[in-house]
Amino acid sequence: MRPGKYRFLAGAMIPPLVLYGVFVISPYAQAFYLAFTDFNGVSSDVHLVGLENFGRLLRDPLFLKGLRHNGLLLLAVPLGTIALALFFAAATGRRGTRPYRVVYFFPQLLSVAIIAVLWQFVYTPNSGLLNGFLRAVGLASLRRSWLAEPDLALWCVIAAMVWAAVGFYVVLFSAAMESIPVDLYEAAALDGAGPFAVFRRITVPLIWDSVQVAFIYLGIAALDGFALVQIMTVGPGGPDGSTEVMGLSLYRNAFTYGKYGYASAMGVAIFFLTLTLAVFTLRATKREAVETA
Amino acid sequence: MIGVRARFLHLVLLGWAAVVTLPLLWAVMSSLKTDAEIFDSPWSLPSRLRWENWARAWEQASIGRYLLNTVVVVGGALFLTMLLGSLMAYCLARYKFFGNRFIYYTLVAGMLFPVFLALVPLFFVVNQLGMLGTYHGLILVYAAYALPFTVFFLHAFFRGLPAAVAEAAFIDGCSHAGVFFRVMLPMARPGLVSVGIFNFLGLWNQYLLPLVLNPDPDRYVLAQGLASLAVSQGYRSDWSGLFAGLVIAILPVLVAYVLFQRQIRAGLTAGALR
Repeated sequence: MRPGKYRFLAGAMIPPLVLYGVFVISPYAQAFYLAFTDFNGVSSDVHLVGLENFGRLLRDPLFLKGLRHNGLLLLAVPLGTIALALFFAAATGRRGTRPYRVVYFFPQLLSVAIIAVLWQFVYTPNSGLLNGFLRAVGLASLRRSWLAEPDLALWCVIAAMVWAAVGFYVVLFSAAMESIPVDLYEAAALDGAGPFAVFRRITVPLIWDSVQVAFIYLGIAALDGFALVQIMTVGPGGPDGSTEVMGLSLYRNAFTYGKYGYASAMGVAIFFLTLTLAVFTLRATKREAVETA
Repeated sequence: MIGVRARFLHLVLLGWAAVVTLPLLWAVMSSLKTDAEIFDSPWSLPSRLRWENWARAWEQASIGRYLLNTVVVVGGALFLTMLLGSLMAYCLARYKFFGNRFIYYTLVAGMLFPVFLALVPLFFVVNQLGMLGTYHGLILVYAAYALPFTVFFLHAFFRGLPAAVAEAAFIDGCSHAGVFFRVMLPMARPGLVSVGIFNFLGLWNQYLLPLVLNPDPDRYVLAQGLASLAVSQGYRSDWSGLFAGLVIAILPVLVAYVLFQRQIRAGLTAGALR
């Protein structure tokens, strides 16, 4: 090989490594340290406080509310999205229905901020799309001030999340479905299997890898939810804490109250929850590999 | 019997298509109405197309400025990410040196960490460097956080390229950098396009990082600007202006999607399955 290898390697690797070290690794490392301090923005006045921040975390009613709401998101968003996406992916398999996938996919390209503002309009009580629709189809009695009712507000956020995510997973699943050998379906048809049995016994097991990926991605998104809640809901996080999520607690404690140490402890908690989720999902959705050859 | 079922299925598909498109069409329609018309009935058509709403959003509500900021930051970050990411992926994939595996796994591990964990220290790091609310600060941070996935994705790609071509180029007297830029990078083009699309959308849609690191309203990116307008315009109740801003923010993405929809869907889904 030509000389100058190490000079090239140094020139190519050092700038990205410095960038990564300064802006990614060092903040992550510092976060674990700050979580054990009472850092409030003045670096000359930092004390180690042991586990105090974590103890406070367990007694912080708003953070615990956020934890519960993220838990609900974790159940509702992946299940709702994956169920809808599997259905639409299977239903758009035939010729002539493919263009639907193109349409369904589009919300994936919108930024969360746009989705949040759009859905805030949809839910607006008097001039919003949803109440206008209900009035138009004669269901005026179902009209609500959606985001202002504590029992409904979080579900409104969940609906917006599912709305935005479904199309992406339709495309993901349908790509996986198209790689399933046709003769498997033909054999099943010969054995007299109905469409539902085929879907359950052949399609879903053979695209299980994609479904697993979907669970992990959607699970991670469900542990976040910050942008939608912060833009869409009143307060934000309201009414009365009914849409609080952990990320919002962190953001508020850090950048409104200046409790940076405490906020870092929340970050550590979110990190361990994310990690647990990823490991748990991989374990729980593990199945025997299916041979297709 | 089968005909009935197919028709019912089609109706369901049409229903979801309506659920997806109606809010968007409604936003376009509302952006061309007066405030009075919007409040009167959300479903009525505009009596006359009020393009002046768009002009107002562009100038007074600074959507034009936010769009420019976004283009500068996302363009800069995308260029930096692709350059550094492909260099790093190439070196890690094609050269043996001490620490190679360690660097690779450190990068991959970075993808597992939620950004929320880094948020507080990151704010102080950027602040100490005097980069809060600057273009270059945002560009560097965006690029740093987009790096792990880019390297991870392109690493596999560079591994798969044939070694014979690079060797031939070396024999012809090409330098290491020359082999990378003139031989390997062009061969990796399909991978670069996929990860480029993936990164572009990811960076374009950033909200959390600019919210924390970019407090100067003159430097707001589109997502940030729109969110803050949704609050302030709400108070001034310039609804039509806000709708117009929303539609202006959606349009570039829609146009790109119409032109490149196949590549975009392929690029994004390929990214997810890695």
